[in-house]
Amino acid sequence: MTQLGVHDATADSGEVEKDILRFLEAQTKRSWDPRVDLFAAGGLSSLFAMQLVVHLEQTHGISIRGADLRLDNFRTVASMVALVYRLRGAAGASGA
Amino acid sequence: MHLKTEAQPGTPGGQRIAVVGAGVMGVGIATLALVRGLPVLLVDVDEARLDDARARIAAELRMAQLMGRHSADAATGVLETATTAGGVAERTVVIEATTEDPRIKAKVIAELSAAVRPGTPLVSNTSSIPIDELASFAERPEEVVGTHFMNPPYLIPTVEVIRGVRTGEDTMAALGRSLAALGQQPIVVKDAPGFVTSRVLHPMINDAARIVQEGTASVEAVDTLMENCLGHRTGPLRTADLIGIDNLVDSLRVLFERTGDEGCRPCELLLEKVRLGQHGRKSGRGFYEYTN
Repeated sequence: MTQLGVHDATADSGEVEKDILRFLEAQTKRSWDPRVDLFAAGGLSSLFAMQLVVHLEQTHGISIRGADLRLDNFRTVASMVALVYRLRGAAGASGA
Repeated sequence: MHLKTEAQPGTPGGQRIAVVGAGVMGVGIATLALVRGLPVLLVDVDEARLDDARARIAAELRMAQLMGRHSADAATGVLETATTAGGVAERTVVIEATTEDPRIKAKVIAELSAAVRPGTPLVSNTSSIPIDELASFAERPEEVVGTHFMNPPYLIPTVEVIRGVRTGEDTMAALGRSLAALGQQPIVVKDAPGFVTSRVLHPMINDAARIVQEGTASVEAVDTLMENCLGHRTGPLRTADLIGIDNLVDSLRVLFERTGDEGCRPCELLLEKVRLGQHGRKSGRGFYEYTN
């Protein structure tokens, strides 16, 4: 990976984080810390996780399948950002 | 975390499930069986509804996987669909999950009773209709029994089972084998309008909606109080969205007509949601909005 690639990814992850926070805020009418466990007590219903999956797939052009489709990947905004970045990277690599 | 051993294929106990009615609960019960590796025949008179159901089952299977109830490499049962009930003769259990309307369910029970092999449990999945009312329409009332699966069934491994006054021992035993194959723990109760869960829960949801209607508190405030102060896993109004507000109103009407309990008379806000087509999660909007 080139230095340019690293730089792009960092800028990109900032946008992804902003998008997820915006989506969460719109859906839940409250703000969230990127590192808080969304599904811990007092947080979101686990059924909401599927809405996050669909949103990430539709907004960020990724397909979340196989072992990636597990709740732990959606527990925090930070873990979702990492997943989006990783799957985008994998798609780029497989397309190269 | 992954339940590969529980979701092994091979139709445990030779179970072959038929589900009649491709609404929310029909799709949920079918998904449960498929996750458990069981073959499913899903019957609905409407071909377009079956097309939609296949897509929704695919989405529900993803949900099951997301929640650790189905592993990506575990075999899923084979799904067949049909617009007529003829195929139920080859099934070990038939579960009707049609609209919560006593007239519709009575007609379906009569048709299915003529189509199943004698000795097959004929299960009505209902949230409130007394089972013995429905059994009267069957050729063999002793084969009719009730279940009340929670939504989504593949995430909630306990099911309310309703034994009607005429339900036979053999039917109870056969249903027990089917539920074991589905990984469900049955809690058997006697027959009454709303049984246990709906008789307790539905008037409470009605009250929660009435509180919002009267302006005492917002939807979010009601749910947050019930969740954070009283420890409910899901607040009553989000639960209403999950049940389907149209189904909830149908169920409340059944309860009100049979008990006379004013607390079961659907409040105006629930009726308005139904009029506006805001049926909850399945329609994208109820008390909350949903993106899928």
